[in-house]
Amino acid sequence: MEPQFLPAAIAAHAPALLVMIPLILSAPAAMITSGRAAWVMALLGVGAALVLAAEIFLATRAEGAVLSYAMGGWEPPFGIEFRIDALNAALLLLLGSTGFLALLFAGPSVADEISRQKQSLFYSAFLICFAGLAGVASTGDAFNLFVFLEISSIATYAIIAMGWSNDRQALTASFNYLVMGTIGATFFVIGAGFIYMSTGTLNMADMGRAIAEMNGNRAVEVGFAFILVGIGLKAALFPLHQWLPNAYAYAPNFVTTFLATTATKIAFYVIIRFRYDVFSIQTGFVTNAMLWVITPLAIAGMLVASTQALFQNNVRRLFAYSSVAQVGYMMLGLGMATSLGLSAGMLHLTNHAMMKGALFMALGAFALSYGIRRIADFKGLGQVMPMTSAAFTIGALSLVGVPFTVGFISKFYLIQAALDAGWWWAVAAILISSVIAVFYVYRILVAIWVTPPNEARKASPKRVPLAIAVPLAILAGANLVFGVWAEPIVDMARAAADAAIAAGVNP
Amino acid sequence: MTDLFGALHGVNPALFLILGGVLALALPWALARKAVMIAAPLLGLAAWFATREPGVYGVIELGPMTLETFRYDGLSRIWALVFLLAAFLNGIYALHERSRISDGSALIYAGAAVGAVFAGDFLTLFVYWELTALFSAPLIFAAGTPASQRAGLRYLAIQVLSGVLLLGGAAVWASQTGSWTFDAIGTDSPAGLVLLIAFGIKAAFPLLHMWMQDAYPKATGVGAVVLSAFTTKLAVYALARGFAGTEILITIGAIMAVFPILFVIVENDLRRTLAYALNNQLGFMVVGVGVGTPLGLNAAAANAFVGVFYMALMFMAMGAVMHRTGTAKVSELGGLFRSMPITGVLSIVGALALVGAPLFSGFVTKTLVLSAVSYHGDMLVYAVLVFAAAGVMELSALKVPFFAFFGKDRGYKVKEAPLNMLLAMGLAAFLCIYLGAHWQALYGLLPFAMDYQPYTADNVIGQVQILLAGAFAFALMVWLNLFPLRGDRTILDADWLYRRVGDGVVRWGGAMGVLLAGASERGLGVVIGRWTRRLFNLFSPAGSLSRIFPSGLMAIWTGVLLAAVVLVAYFSPL
Repeated sequence: MEPQFLPAAIAAHAPALLVMIPLILSAPAAMITSGRAAWVMALLGVGAALVLAAEIFLATRAEGAVLSYAMGGWEPPFGIEFRIDALNAALLLLLGSTGFLALLFAGPSVADEISRQKQSLFYSAFLICFAGLAGVASTGDAFNLFVFLEISSIATYAIIAMGWSNDRQALTASFNYLVMGTIGATFFVIGAGFIYMSTGTLNMADMGRAIAEMNGNRAVEVGFAFILVGIGLKAALFPLHQWLPNAYAYAPNFVTTFLATTATKIAFYVIIRFRYDVFSIQTGFVTNAMLWVITPLAIAGMLVASTQALFQNNVRRLFAYSSVAQVGYMMLGLGMATSLGLSAGMLHLTNHAMMKGALFMALGAFALSYGIRRIADFKGLGQVMPMTSAAFTIGALSLVGVPFTVGFISKFYLIQAALDAGWWWAVAAILISSVIAVFYVYRILVAIWVTPPNEARKASPKRVPLAIAVPLAILAGANLVFGVWAEPIVDMARAAADAAIAAGVNP
Repeated sequence: MTDLFGALHGVNPALFLILGGVLALALPWALARKAVMIAAPLLGLAAWFATREPGVYGVIELGPMTLETFRYDGLSRIWALVFLLAAFLNGIYALHERSRISDGSALIYAGAAVGAVFAGDFLTLFVYWELTALFSAPLIFAAGTPASQRAGLRYLAIQVLSGVLLLGGAAVWASQTGSWTFDAIGTDSPAGLVLLIAFGIKAAFPLLHMWMQDAYPKATGVGAVVLSAFTTKLAVYALARGFAGTEILITIGAIMAVFPILFVIVENDLRRTLAYALNNQLGFMVVGVGVGTPLGLNAAAANAFVGVFYMALMFMAMGAVMHRTGTAKVSELGGLFRSMPITGVLSIVGALALVGAPLFSGFVTKTLVLSAVSYHGDMLVYAVLVFAAAGVMELSALKVPFFAFFGKDRGYKVKEAPLNMLLAMGLAAFLCIYLGAHWQALYGLLPFAMDYQPYTADNVIGQVQILLAGAFAFALMVWLNLFPLRGDRTILDADWLYRRVGDGVVRWGGAMGVLLAGASERGLGVVIGRWTRRLFNLFSPAGSLSRIFPSGLMAIWTGVLLAAVVLVAYFSPL
């Protein structure tokens, strides 16, 4: 790997360090008792990961560049390989930057929501979760991917359950997710087993070559089905999303912000990777499964989950359902099986992270100041917390897809891709789902800006700390900046899609 | 001076208004805001005059798309001019008002209307189209009553729906033709129909019109003036650009011109009466567009141009009356002429222009429409329009000044309207007379050159006959006590009627939008109608789809999905 801005010695090991630094830091974070020190440690770990991700991202910018890192010097296909191209480099950069911003926000938010003794353990679990996600996004080995998936999942169950001090339902939500997540991971490992059985390798690139040479094998098809469903569950593909609304609604605010911007995205990445690079896109069963199973579910998710969001009165649940609907948009892009569709899906993935990041962070700020989460309690917030409300509004408008926000950009490209594929009905579904989004967002915005505040609200709120205001402003600003100057993210999404397609074995 | 004009050549006037509006939203000092409110339209006008040759300016390359943000040609320039003048008049009229939100919104709204007129492609048009929706709603909200809040939400829902339809139709259109350029569309393709509906919502086509009568009377006095100028005229422009010569528009326009007759008579609220009169005016323009000949399009443009001024003048007069007395209802007004003589005289000027009395601006434009229709050879429509001119137009025009300033004296002892209002009304009234007398100036602005003489004997005599017939009908109705004198007796609420009549997808969508907006606004407690209740039962937090599923059930789903994928894979070719 050509060093970009880091010293060559570090740059050479950047893929491994990106995962190892947070993982190793999690141990001292668990041992110290001060929550604040643990927070700083987590910031260091994630900050380092962000720098490394930027380094990797720059290194893979060249067309067709692939970073292959042999773990411990054991060469693939027998050793574990970290394999990074433009697709996962984009994911890593997204993970690092949104993770870092969310973690800044965690300082005050976690101090408020989680008891003093548990804070350092919480940050430790978070670092493990982060390392797991980074590992999933970088590894080129199917079994290793499963291991990282489990590392991140188990840590996720723990940090979701930490929301119990606000609401006991966090415990059932976490347990539900644990059961479902375990089924998903098991499905994945069964699928990987099937493929290992037929190909004799665990290295994903190697698997791809072996499958291409095989010319049809039922065991591979079954393996594909298991992997698709298992990861689909992790990605909250409708109707396997049932774990998500409660997990998002009752987890600590910071956890929701982090998960909404990263966790489902990483699962979505895994689907792309397997679908394009392990299984060839030209294979009939892959294309048909995408067309006849994933696409209808994507459309159903967009419509049903949006409607469900419309009728929620807990704001975080509302946005959780909206997230399910947004996963539908991404899956729709993937289902089109065109490079335009895939890049539109990737674009929406990035943009959705920006908007949901801003939204959940603003909700966290509201919760910190007033401890509220129901729409009815949002009355008049615009007058007492105008800046936070403005950031929230930007995120909400972006979610709807108002021009000059990133939401518009991704919907625009998605519609273009759908038209290019000749999918009129998909355009209709996107528009209908957007109209529903107008209404559910409108309910909240009206409560915030139009309805006068309650008397109790007049008392001056706790000031929004800088550690929340800065990342929130950055995310809200990103929604606007990239909504006008869309080239960087569009190029990134296109490069990612090209990399995914190019890495596949084309007969 | 020439340097300034040189520098302004090719600068989109909309930018001045929008930037001014943003500035006004930010400025905390009323005085500075008011200066911006006056200066921004003047700068816009300067830019308009500085841009001499038709052409496409302000081209932005956005990836694969080319955005034409400033298309200055015969059709767009006249609409932009009238919008800029209207923005200037509004600035003067609103001088006494101290509201940061409505000042800024009104300017941005006007700027968006100008920008939409100059938009050369659908994407730019869509952006401005939605901006007009977003920034006109605060003018309704500003009234501050619960009724205006709800009406504003309904208004916004419908307007945003129009924008969504526009974008959807444009996307389909672009994919069929491969071009985003906004030009003649026609109704041959489904995309064209969707776009026609999108425009039709804003143009207040029959059955799509109820937002106007709903929202305008609930806006503030100033807000109604601003609202009356832009949205509907912008829609007429879009129709003229996209659907010139579409036969169905003649029928639609004729219906629009006639159907308000009942409402004009029984309506108690004078501002709502004016909203119906606006419907009738729009009908004439839509007919002109439907005829589609150069004369027809000229007629539509000329009507839009002068219509802005006399409708604004009427709404201004009503705003002044409301400002002093706090009401605009027939049953509560009367005999104001003694207290507000200047406003009274000016409103009569507006009324005369509205009915098309010779020497007033309405005359030289209304005769254009009638001529265009008669050359087109559609005698039925001609007869309908003559009836509409005598019936609807004149009844509304006579009703407003009569019941506000004459009629039964209700004993108001109020001051004359504030000076700035008088000034704005005076300017509008001046334009109404000036354009009627110097019609060559108006005709010179029209998109197509033509040789037309409005003051011919048969035109004048015909119009005077119409006027006399209308005046007679009005006198008869006053004598028969057909006008409401004792209070709200509006039995047929247009909203209610049209929501029930609702048919067609958009009607349904609009009504659902209203329902949903209502539900949103009042929270989940109020669930309107059986449909919403069913949805609610299914989707609400306590509903069957949102219940916390037992993990077992979710596991079954996983299995079902796995089976589905395996089956699909099994039956797929290798």
